[in-house]
Amino acid sequence: MALANQKQTATEARLAGLTLPKGGWSEPARQAALARLQAMGLPQRRDEYWKYTRPDTLIDTQAPAAAVFVTEESKMFDVFDRLNIVFVDGVYDADASDDLSLEAVHIERLANIAEMDIHWAKDIYGALENNAQKPVERPLAALNTAFAEDGVIIHVTGKPSKPICLSYIHNSVTSDAILHHVVRVDAGAELTLLETGPAAARFNKVIEIDIADGGTLHHIRAQGRDHERRAVTHIFARLGEKSVFKAFTVTVNGVLTRNECVIELIGDEAIAHVAGVCVGDGDFHHDDTVFITHDAQNCESRQVFKKVLRNGATGVFQGKILVKAGAQKTDGYQISQALLLDEDSQFLAKPELEIYADDVICSHGSTTGAIDEDALYYLRSRGVPKGAATDLLTLAFLAEAVEEIDDSVIAAAIVSRLESWLARR
Amino acid sequence: MLNINNLHVDLQEEDKQILKGVDLTVEAGTVHAIMGPNGSGKSTLSYVLSGKDGYEVTDGTATLDGLDLLDMEPEDRAAAGLFLAFQYPVEIPGVGNMTFLRTAVNAQRKARGEDEMSAADFLKLVRARAKDLKIDADMLKRPVNVGFSGGEKKRNEILQMAMLEPKMCILDETDSGLDVDAMKLVAQGVNALRAEGRSFLVITHYQRLLDHIKPDVVHIMADGKIIKTGGPDLALDVENNGYADILAEVA
Repeated sequence: MALANQKQTATEARLAGLTLPKGGWSEPARQAALARLQAMGLPQRRDEYWKYTRPDTLIDTQAPAAAVFVTEESKMFDVFDRLNIVFVDGVYDADASDDLSLEAVHIERLANIAEMDIHWAKDIYGALENNAQKPVERPLAALNTAFAEDGVIIHVTGKPSKPICLSYIHNSVTSDAILHHVVRVDAGAELTLLETGPAAARFNKVIEIDIADGGTLHHIRAQGRDHERRAVTHIFARLGEKSVFKAFTVTVNGVLTRNECVIELIGDEAIAHVAGVCVGDGDFHHDDTVFITHDAQNCESRQVFKKVLRNGATGVFQGKILVKAGAQKTDGYQISQALLLDEDSQFLAKPELEIYADDVICSHGSTTGAIDEDALYYLRSRGVPKGAATDLLTLAFLAEAVEEIDDSVIAAAIVSRLESWLARR
Repeated sequence: MLNINNLHVDLQEEDKQILKGVDLTVEAGTVHAIMGPNGSGKSTLSYVLSGKDGYEVTDGTATLDGLDLLDMEPEDRAAAGLFLAFQYPVEIPGVGNMTFLRTAVNAQRKARGEDEMSAADFLKLVRARAKDLKIDADMLKRPVNVGFSGGEKKRNEILQMAMLEPKMCILDETDSGLDVDAMKLVAQGVNALRAEGRSFLVITHYQRLLDHIKPDVVHIMADGKIIKTGGPDLALDVENNGYADILAEVA
């Protein structure tokens, strides 16, 4: 079917400014992604999946300018012992990055391996993304697969002693970054992957994650504090038997964020938890779009999202649990909640369950509310000023989602940052 | 200490007059009790004094040591030394009891221009006070009032009072929902705080709380007014004869 004119024009305009990297094992994957993208076209306002989030600025030929946020506070996770890999406006910074060698894990750069004739990443790169294009199209992820020139290719073979941290620095007002990471976790292996920072004026990022039987990946990211940056990110994860994937995202500021997370549980007894908190003030639009497919028995999935919105900020949650026929004993849970600190802000939630197995537990809920007046009065009656009492209740609201992080040190670091950010009102 | 003069209050939502001219003076170091039938306005009086939204003062004054309470934010009233032990303490999920107590203590100190209490001093004090009220470490760690039994909630109110050391304590039906032992424990906590510069206003339906917290003065409130004031014997009268006689007498 031919694309609508407008879509065709917008897609062609965007593609005109991009060059497909040539050569090596990656070229066929990129060509295939480009063909997918051309068939789908880039998202438009009228697309159902983009009903609540305007994709215009994400597909413009140029990245809209975004001022660099200046702060004296250190980047999140700076105090942790970690292997740090730095990208400035999407470009790898060798000087700022640690040496890429660490026991029990093999780390390479996409830019260095893409032109090889053969590499294990071939089986994952673009494959998980392609797999996730049905039943819902994700054209910006296909665009990423086709044009990403760099990224980190991680093969976890055991249990490394420290986390890998991807630090993104936004330095140029008009930077337009595309990064594509691949993480392969072997059977029984375990890694904590951290991400921090805003990356660029506009950031398009994909992570494809393949976790073998009994493997574990903890993924925790903080998306920086730049007010004007835009980001569209995709996580594609495939989970083997008894594997565990736990992802957590904290977003503060950012004029536009669309975080898609697509998880497929294909081995029995796999566990997937996705959680996130966001704090938005004013010109802020934050969209969590999650799609979890249960395609094996006795699996557990959990989605916990909390948003605090004020001064006209907008939060979106589109979360789906698809339980395929035969995925018996599925335990699926989903909650999305927004705390609106004034009447100008809004939260749009679209929870979806689609279930084809008859012996499952699936529950979902969504709430939108203001600060609890009784709790506020109670705190004030004990001498806590209104502003501080509001902050305390806001933090309490967010803390429930932060508790989803297994590592209590990381969780405490995030809570303490949230505390200081809220206290600056 | 507390001076209430001709206080008239409407409930905003229902546009209904609840307090119809309350006059009450609580001297420093004394314990006053207010008794009265349901709907007489006792709880409303406590809410209006502590600054809850939803009430409109149409006439009269209320001062604490000369400060105009009705013109102050709830947190400022607390810092000035007013404390209300709630009839229904509020549950606050996600806020640890200890965090709550420390935030409150230090907020009041800050408002009064005093130094914040160090973490070590605070911990020492809270442990000692909690022990007196048989509040264990687990209750201190849990979110404020969440999952607490009725008795635990009331003891938690008294713990807050003990930590904040207010000069004017209002107890709104602190005995409701308590068994005899829990009531004794709460009463002991209150009695331990009795001091020369500290006054209490104890709101209750029943005389039995007053067996444990001995009042100096007892007021009977009905239909938004104090209709009779007397000594501790007045509470016994009510216990034996109900409010009917007093209401008839005044009418």
